[in-house]
Amino acid sequence: MSEASYPDDLRYHPEHDWARVDGDVATFGITWYAQDALGEVVFFDPPAVGTAVTKDAPYAEVESVKAVSDVISPLTGEIVEVNAALADTPERINDDPYGEGWMVKVRLADVSEVDALLDADAYRSLLT
Amino acid sequence: MPAETLQRTPLYDRHAAAGAKLVPFAGWEMPVEYEGIRTEHLAVRRHAGVFDVSHMGEIETRGPQAEAFLQHLLSNDVRRIPVGGAQYSVLCREDGGVLDDLFTYRIGESHYLTVTNASNHDKDLRWLQEHAAAFDVDVIDRAPGYAMLAVQGPAARAIVGRLADGALPPRMHACERTVAGVPMLVCGTGYTGEDGVELLLAGDAADTVWDALLGAGVTPVGLGARDTLRLEVCFHLYGNDLMEERGPIEAGLGWCCKEATGFIGAEAVAAVRAAGPRERLVPFVIDGPGIARQHNAVIGGGEVTSGTLSACLGVGIGMAYLPSERATPGTRFEIDVRGRVRPALVKEKPLYRKETTS
Repeated sequence: MSEASYPDDLRYHPEHDWARVDGDVATFGITWYAQDALGEVVFFDPPAVGTAVTKDAPYAEVESVKAVSDVISPLTGEIVEVNAALADTPERINDDPYGEGWMVKVRLADVSEVDALLDADAYRSLLT
Repeated sequence: MPAETLQRTPLYDRHAAAGAKLVPFAGWEMPVEYEGIRTEHLAVRRHAGVFDVSHMGEIETRGPQAEAFLQHLLSNDVRRIPVGGAQYSVLCREDGGVLDDLFTYRIGESHYLTVTNASNHDKDLRWLQEHAAAFDVDVIDRAPGYAMLAVQGPAARAIVGRLADGALPPRMHACERTVAGVPMLVCGTGYTGEDGVELLLAGDAADTVWDALLGAGVTPVGLGARDTLRLEVCFHLYGNDLMEERGPIEAGLGWCCKEATGFIGAEAVAAVRAAGPRERLVPFVIDGPGIARQHNAVIGGGEVTSGTLSACLGVGIGMAYLPSERATPGTRFEIDVRGRVRPALVKEKPLYRKETTS
């Protein structure tokens, strides 16, 4: 399992989700803290491309052996791509939460929502 | 429950040192996993694991009428336990509702030790003590003094045997031994479907035994894998699959109910056995992706009581109460898993059977 890390180039939602914003498209995933709290992820059921997601609302479920958890959308928009590889290799969410463990890409409805997300320092201080 | 009110087992520091995730469970702060549930699960299936189950309670019953007393309360035929033997039973209310499921060890002619579930211990103790008044018997709470370790897996007996001062008891038997120099009751019982032993010993000696087991190559295993291991072999978990609102017949525990002994609840149990229960607890597998969980509804009636991903089978498994007419192995049904319909199949017990290689 990976080491605890919270990359500086990402923005964070207090429900332990991250967003990597590139213009009006953002990639979402869950943080190292979230995957560690879950334990080994054994199932990820991705939403369909075209699904609308709303900031602070769940858009997917991620399951470990012991529990199922909602994945919260850090921003509002429409899903334009899903990480289909996670269906067969959900453990990537544990092994590489900011890389191969990404979950969806979303075309943002309102890029200014990003300003309300936490930066890495603020998120780290939330965890302590 | 605030963290400061949680009880800790004598091995708390060992768990923390081993990197355990500690969670509240039945009023205790217990290790749910160390390395990871799946890794620990497979360590038990392939070699040996040790579980700290010191949260479980113990009730000692002794006195001239100990046998008659337990026969009055426990569902199984207590007279059939030989000295040094063990027996599984349920404790029923008058209406047949299950108060707890229990292992009872007969330590001497008129001397028994019963292991309770942590969440039920106080209730069980009260129940036994209330009913003890009519018998010449002493019912003593032994939970505070005991630690309990379960050592399970194909290599478990050999490893414990090398640390012991004599032969280990066969399955469903118990005897006094020293293990790693510590005196204890060694029991040939478990909750994983693997061979192994359960050790009942003084709490202040638990770390010595724990260290000896880990030093001998036994993997520490948390309650997370304990749950997945027991579910693969369809052992009941009280609070999930068993509850006061349901009786032993519908739970598939008719085999440990001997109504002829006249235990409390026997009439109600006999009536359900004769008429047939409305629902039955069945093991199932999910046909396709997805994992059903406790309280997921069965479409058309019924409810999932336990569900997880099977590490050995690679599919979602569980147990559910289904209407009796749909509870036959091979029957297809559907589960509402948080709004998604997941097809499932009723299976025979156990869901996982050890490959027999010789």
